[in-house]
Amino acid sequence: MNKHSPTPVNPDAHEVITGTENTSVQNRSLIRVMLHKPLALICGGFLLLVILGAIFAALVAPYPPNALDLPNALSGPSARHLLGSDELGRDILSRLLYGGRRVFPGVLEGVLTALILAVPIGILAGYFGGIFDRLVGAITDALLSIPTIILVLVVLAVFPKNTHAAMIAFGILVSPGLIRIVRGETLPLKEADFVSAARVAGVSDSQIMIRHIRPGVIRVVIVQGSFIAAGALGYMVALGYLGLTASSGEAEWGQMVASAGALLNRQPWLLVPTGGLIGLIVLAFTLFGNALRDASAEAIAAAPGPVSRGSSAVENTAQSQGIPPDPSKKLLSVINLSVAFSSRSRDLLAVDKISFDVNPSEIVGLVGESGAGKSITSLAILRLLPNTARIVNGQIMFEGRNITGLDDPEFDRLRGRSFGLVSQEPGSSLDPAFTVGSQLGELVRLHDGVNRKESRSRCLELLNHVRIRKPEQLLTMYPHELSGGMAQRVSIAMALAGRPKLLIADEPTSALDVTVQNEILALLRQLQLETKMSVLFVTHNFGVVADLCDRVIVLYAGQIFEEADVFQLFDRPMNPYTKGLLLANPSNAQPGQPLPIIPGRIPSIGSWPTNCRFAQRCPYAADECLAGPIPLLALEGERKSRCIRVDDLRKEGIL
Amino acid sequence: MLKIIGRRFLISLPLVLIVTMLSFFLVLLTPGDPAAVMLGMNHTQAEYEAAREKLGLNQPALTRYGHWLKDLGNGDLGVSIFNSEPVLKILKGRSGVTFSLILVTTLFSSIIGVGLGIASAIRRGFLARIVDLISLLGLALPNFWVALVLVAIFSVSMRLLPAIGYIQPGTSLSGWVKSLVLPVAVLSASAIGIIAQQTRSSMLEVLDSPFIRTLRAGGLGRISIIYRHALRNAAISIITVVGLTFVSLLSGTVIAETVFALPGLGGLAVQATSRVDLPVIQGLVLYFTVIVIIVNLIVDIIYAWLNPRIRLS
Repeated sequence: MNKHSPTPVNPDAHEVITGTENTSVQNRSLIRVMLHKPLALICGGFLLLVILGAIFAALVAPYPPNALDLPNALSGPSARHLLGSDELGRDILSRLLYGGRRVFPGVLEGVLTALILAVPIGILAGYFGGIFDRLVGAITDALLSIPTIILVLVVLAVFPKNTHAAMIAFGILVSPGLIRIVRGETLPLKEADFVSAARVAGVSDSQIMIRHIRPGVIRVVIVQGSFIAAGALGYMVALGYLGLTASSGEAEWGQMVASAGALLNRQPWLLVPTGGLIGLIVLAFTLFGNALRDASAEAIAAAPGPVSRGSSAVENTAQSQGIPPDPSKKLLSVINLSVAFSSRSRDLLAVDKISFDVNPSEIVGLVGESGAGKSITSLAILRLLPNTARIVNGQIMFEGRNITGLDDPEFDRLRGRSFGLVSQEPGSSLDPAFTVGSQLGELVRLHDGVNRKESRSRCLELLNHVRIRKPEQLLTMYPHELSGGMAQRVSIAMALAGRPKLLIADEPTSALDVTVQNEILALLRQLQLETKMSVLFVTHNFGVVADLCDRVIVLYAGQIFEEADVFQLFDRPMNPYTKGLLLANPSNAQPGQPLPIIPGRIPSIGSWPTNCRFAQRCPYAADECLAGPIPLLALEGERKSRCIRVDDLRKEGIL
Repeated sequence: MLKIIGRRFLISLPLVLIVTMLSFFLVLLTPGDPAAVMLGMNHTQAEYEAAREKLGLNQPALTRYGHWLKDLGNGDLGVSIFNSEPVLKILKGRSGVTFSLILVTTLFSSIIGVGLGIASAIRRGFLARIVDLISLLGLALPNFWVALVLVAIFSVSMRLLPAIGYIQPGTSLSGWVKSLVLPVAVLSASAIGIIAQQTRSSMLEVLDSPFIRTLRAGGLGRISIIYRHALRNAAISIITVVGLTFVSLLSGTVIAETVFALPGLGGLAVQATSRVDLPVIQGLVLYFTVIVIIVNLIVDIIYAWLNPRIRLS
């Protein structure tokens, strides 16, 4: 129960940054990314300017900080006093510049104290874990529950007017938040491949921490340091304002605000330069930290390997021969569907002009490796794509009606009644805050328009339907009390609550134990027979396909590679990719023989080649495969294959 | 449930001991002599010795801490060096102001912050930027400065609200409300942004989770998805931030009560620090720590109540 996880230092700094051995290259690219951020440049430049101004105050300030100019007291901004003057005619600009000499060393003290404490303790706690980690956890928890100011006040009572003592105390009191963050960064680094490799190679723990963990942590620490500096500055001036670290009349920023407050009736302008400068500096530290954080995320995202950029852009998609199907008799027709993920600068295509149909009462398998686009396709049909993705092309017809153009409330009414969804993770697909009865009942009431009492009997009927033995008992249980198989039965019951005509099952058995998998498959088959609904079954498992499906669509890198009746497909695949997948299926393994695998990996979204997307891994690839986009060819019957060598390969007896 | 509360409570006891001990021994480092401070300028050596004896300054540190704890058990926190009033009485007398301030601020900033957070999670874009701006400004502008600006606008120029002072709700309810408007506004400035940002990020995270997809696929409409399912789950982390806000408001009152001359605990802390009134400071440390512990306990209870995984374990 890590309830404090949003730390007060910076509540949204949680991205996991994976370390790489080659940190010098990464840091350089970090700087490069920063240079392209105008806001970061402005903030950094401004901070540098203010700090230099403080250091060289004696040179740049137009007046000494305490030079009186009584005739021009409270003058407001003028040529003589650019930022005005106070009640004794002292120049505000000069006093602000000199005031920086007190503030910045204090901020530095606070930040350094926090870093010196937090970095080693956080790394050690994360790296070694165990009792030390728990002890550190307990102490940081305790420190986080003390109001910072009260202990700083105690310190100031003990060391009156001592800024150093106050800022060191501040550093100590904010270090727990930073310790947590550093520890959190260390944990994944500890498990990283290159660290394991170093450990196996006999590199000592201390060397690993210094050489491999520290560089990965340091980036986060710089970001956090920036936020802590913002906090330290706020603290520093607040203490000065209260008169606890400065006396009235001193050229100290907090005191200057205080005296501006006292002169509110006579010259309100005085509030502007003082508070404005403090606000701007805190803002600059915060925004600089934000920019650093974004930059380090981008530097890392840009790090892995050469990515062929242009080829993936939506405009340059390979042209596919979408054969327009006749949607009249079909339950579902997907026509030329393209889905793209939007990143900062460009759209990355994840599904590339896919067309297929699902007939009434038919079970269609959508098969492919992870990253092929099969889940995205199914979510696009349900209009439940993640926020970063959207449909960029194509139509979806349901019962002969184009549902792509429906507005959201209209589409809401289709869900549950027309489509149902069973998703992969039964554990996380039920609302953890409500009982089974409560969430299932809500859907039943929605679809059947019945009251609470009547909905109970329908709930029990649904749970009976999915073969749950003691449904009454289950109604009062929470999702976390259910086993995986049980939870999946409940989510199937929820999907069936609206009596859908099409059930979309997105890898519904992948996360389950083998025996439970078979039970759920048997249940789905049974339910399909009973209800005559259609099923779109998304899976990477050919065994499941053979078991359940009538027809199969094989996806690869966002394209349909083959489509066939299930018997034909298993009998004689018409695409080298399908053939490879079938051979690699563990259920076809021969005793004593290594399982033939497809070498290489599916190209990731954004790095699809313009030619055959499988060519790189295909043992039969020829020059023509690399020449350009490959069309989806119609073969005999309803079969389709995206392979221009299909005839050759058939003649050669390979397919 | 009771077990959780009991365990939390037991964990809290050592915390009280550690914090009070820390403040107690820090105080021993004080260069100033409390006996001399108490007597002022003109006193004889005999009076000085008597004062030291009376304050127990001649005993070893640990014994003195032991005495302090024992007295604490009897409800005695010692007397102020400044005016010889019992510390407990001073604390009691000043609690009302501080609690009015903190409770009203917490309530106000939670309502506005959660509202803004939900709205910006659903609408994103423009509204999200406004929330970012509010929280950025709330963090960047020093609250004492914001206070002075508000005083300049609403008290000095528009003469709508009192610049300083506190009116008991018993004396005049409208006076009480008026005397709290500016301090609450100042303290809310930073709290609203923090709560709104946390609400938005938790809502976005929950709205992105598979069970929301299941429920949407089941046909539930926006209202139920957002306010029944997403908010209920996001509330678990929102409540944590509200608790943290409450604790940070204890620090905030130190400034707000000083600027607006409110006779509360925060103002007392500043006075006691500049007067080196150690018994009062120690009393405050204890008092604030206990408040924090109680708040954390309440947060834990709400947390467990919202989260069946904890409630039922």
